[in-house]
Amino acid sequence: MARMNMIQAINSAMDIAMERDPKVLVFGEDVGYFGGVFRATAGLQKKYGKQRCFDTPIAEGGIVGAAVGMGVYGLRPVVEIQFSDYIYPAFDQLVSEAARLRYRSAGGFTAPITVRTPCGGGIFGGQTHSQSPEAIFTHVCGLTTIMPSNPYDAKGLLLSAIEDDDPVIFFEPKRIYNGPFDGHHDRPLTPWTKHALGEVPEDYYTIELGKAKIVRPGDQVTVIAYGTMVHVCLAAAEESGIDAEVIDLRSLLPLDLDTLVASVKKTGRCVIVHEATKTCGYGAELVSLIQEHCFYHLESPIERVTGWDTPYPHAYEWDYFPSPYRVSQAIKKVMED
Amino acid sequence: MSRAPLQLHIPAPTCRPGDAVDFSGITVPAAGILKRPAEDTPPEQMRDYAYGLIRVLDESGHAVGDWNPKLSADTLRTGLRHMVLTREFDERMVKLQRQGKTSFYIKCTGEEAIGVAQAMALDDRDMLFPSYRQQGLLVARGCPLVRLMNQIFSNTRDNLKGRQLPIMYSEPDYGFFSISGNLGTQYPQAVGWAMASAYSGDTRIAAGWVGDGTTAEADFHYALTFATVYQAPVVLNVVNNQWAISSFQGIAGGERATFAARAVGYGLPALRVDGNDFLAVYAATKWAAERARSNLGATVIELYTYRAAPHSTSDDPAGYRPADEAKNWPLGDPVERLKQHLIALGEWSEERHSALIAEMQEQVMAQLKEAMSYGVLGDPAPNDPGSMFEDVLKEVPGRLLMQREQMLALRRKEV
Repeated sequence: MARMNMIQAINSAMDIAMERDPKVLVFGEDVGYFGGVFRATAGLQKKYGKQRCFDTPIAEGGIVGAAVGMGVYGLRPVVEIQFSDYIYPAFDQLVSEAARLRYRSAGGFTAPITVRTPCGGGIFGGQTHSQSPEAIFTHVCGLTTIMPSNPYDAKGLLLSAIEDDDPVIFFEPKRIYNGPFDGHHDRPLTPWTKHALGEVPEDYYTIELGKAKIVRPGDQVTVIAYGTMVHVCLAAAEESGIDAEVIDLRSLLPLDLDTLVASVKKTGRCVIVHEATKTCGYGAELVSLIQEHCFYHLESPIERVTGWDTPYPHAYEWDYFPSPYRVSQAIKKVMED
Repeated sequence: MSRAPLQLHIPAPTCRPGDAVDFSGITVPAAGILKRPAEDTPPEQMRDYAYGLIRVLDESGHAVGDWNPKLSADTLRTGLRHMVLTREFDERMVKLQRQGKTSFYIKCTGEEAIGVAQAMALDDRDMLFPSYRQQGLLVARGCPLVRLMNQIFSNTRDNLKGRQLPIMYSEPDYGFFSISGNLGTQYPQAVGWAMASAYSGDTRIAAGWVGDGTTAEADFHYALTFATVYQAPVVLNVVNNQWAISSFQGIAGGERATFAARAVGYGLPALRVDGNDFLAVYAATKWAAERARSNLGATVIELYTYRAAPHSTSDDPAGYRPADEAKNWPLGDPVERLKQHLIALGEWSEERHSALIAEMQEQVMAQLKEAMSYGVLGDPAPNDPGSMFEDVLKEVPGRLLMQREQMLALRRKEV
């Protein structure tokens, strides 16, 4: 075991993948010599050579298009889109190409690619360094969408993503790269090195894609979250004084519906939390599934706590970012009804 | 016939941290050797300009050759003043970012001639579609620094209401388009604005800016395609400052051809210019603007320069390039070169220059004092959070009105 922050865990996953499989390549903007603007690929070029870990032109469509082509050849590229706010030029390559290649060629061609991309706010990055576009990708048939909430999961999930034979979008909530930020921006951040989930095996391990994790067992209400919001929800659960069961989805698609349904059937109440905008966000899909599967067990309407339906406003970051207070009020509200 | 196996080529710069600076691959042609063609010269007769380098100021600070725009001493001093002001403004803002008064800043150190000379060469009514490193355009157009500082501080007078990352200015009154954090998006928009001007029988033209790195984005190519197809009255600038964060210009294709040469395949004229030579930048921009205004279409200008500053306050170039590259840049420093020229003309002196720097610093400090009286990031806390729901659409829709009520109630802890 070693102490790792999320960046180090992600770096370790790529390192191990490259060591185990010569078909794994890593590339993206600034990822080669410099090791990435968040340092996620630090040391990989030095260790594996500049042909296996390299800088690309600033062309997200080119990066993903080239990755698809390499995947077709038989390689297993892992690419970085520097901020998920910059993924849109690659949208056509992801949606029309990577996601549908297997289907349209009846399995003749596939795109076993992994697209890593930092997402989310809380860093005063303004509207072009703060977005959470995961629901855009969960809407696309043929893509797998992952978002870890801690170093241990990040490493195991990323190794699974790289080994997956279909395209995976791997969102990395940048606000929790260094520690489990719980939304209390006025308090010091506990680093991952002082957190149990910062204990990460140095060796190879995987976490199955599509398995949620109950991060806080409880009986009164089910709180569903992923990424940074997992930590906000844990804080909110404590502050609400209500025995909430907090579930970290880890994988948005495939979705671990069984775990969600079992929990909501037990508690009868549900709060869904994400940082992304509300309307047509991933929470809408979750609400829909839960009412389909748990309708007769629900004691109160499902609450959603999300980012507001506006771009991310720089100066009003903490009015936008769903706070533990806001989540705890939602938890209390579903208990009242 | 047997062949060696294929090999993947990965470009690499000539030097990295710890290495001696190596600019041996850069040839600097003498000033004044390229002739100035007539503005209506057909693009196919101009291909040499995509590979040469237009330079006016020679090593001794004299203006030579027929690209010399022959500006008055007063105009040159105005240009110098704008450049020094831009530099002092940048220096002060970085200090304030380090003090936590704002979250982010981007300097244009070493590239001041570009924004300043180009704004002066264009008409004040022409529309500018900049990237994030052309603050010199706003300085030269007379936009008060306090306006820019208010935006940088996201304070109570911020014209963008605290919504945008610092330096992502939007100044419609100064013909300066809203800066996007996404790279290159403004380039086809500049072409579209120019097409609209042509459609409307206007006399105004547009100008757009991207960096060397951004030429790799599809938007760059959309822009050149539309510009040539519709003969749009636009000046398309590529600021080749050698570095795109940590990636040298070879990663954007600069190893194979100049960025100006991209224009050749589109049938557009290209001018490759010494970007640290105020007079050359001015003259080339004037040429392209004249061509556009005469309904002869677009020109691509590559401004060859060096990013002496870090990419942004979030970047530390010590991790990827030798620290003394800027000092050894073969094309020198734009402020020093214009200063030297004015001194050579007998129109300036070291004493006057020192006085100018002091005056510009004072001006920055005076405007800073005013801007800080309206607050800095988070202090006082921004006072109109409800405004974040405005301007998503022209009218605030009911859905957002409800969310605004909810947000304000949460602030009051009434929910």
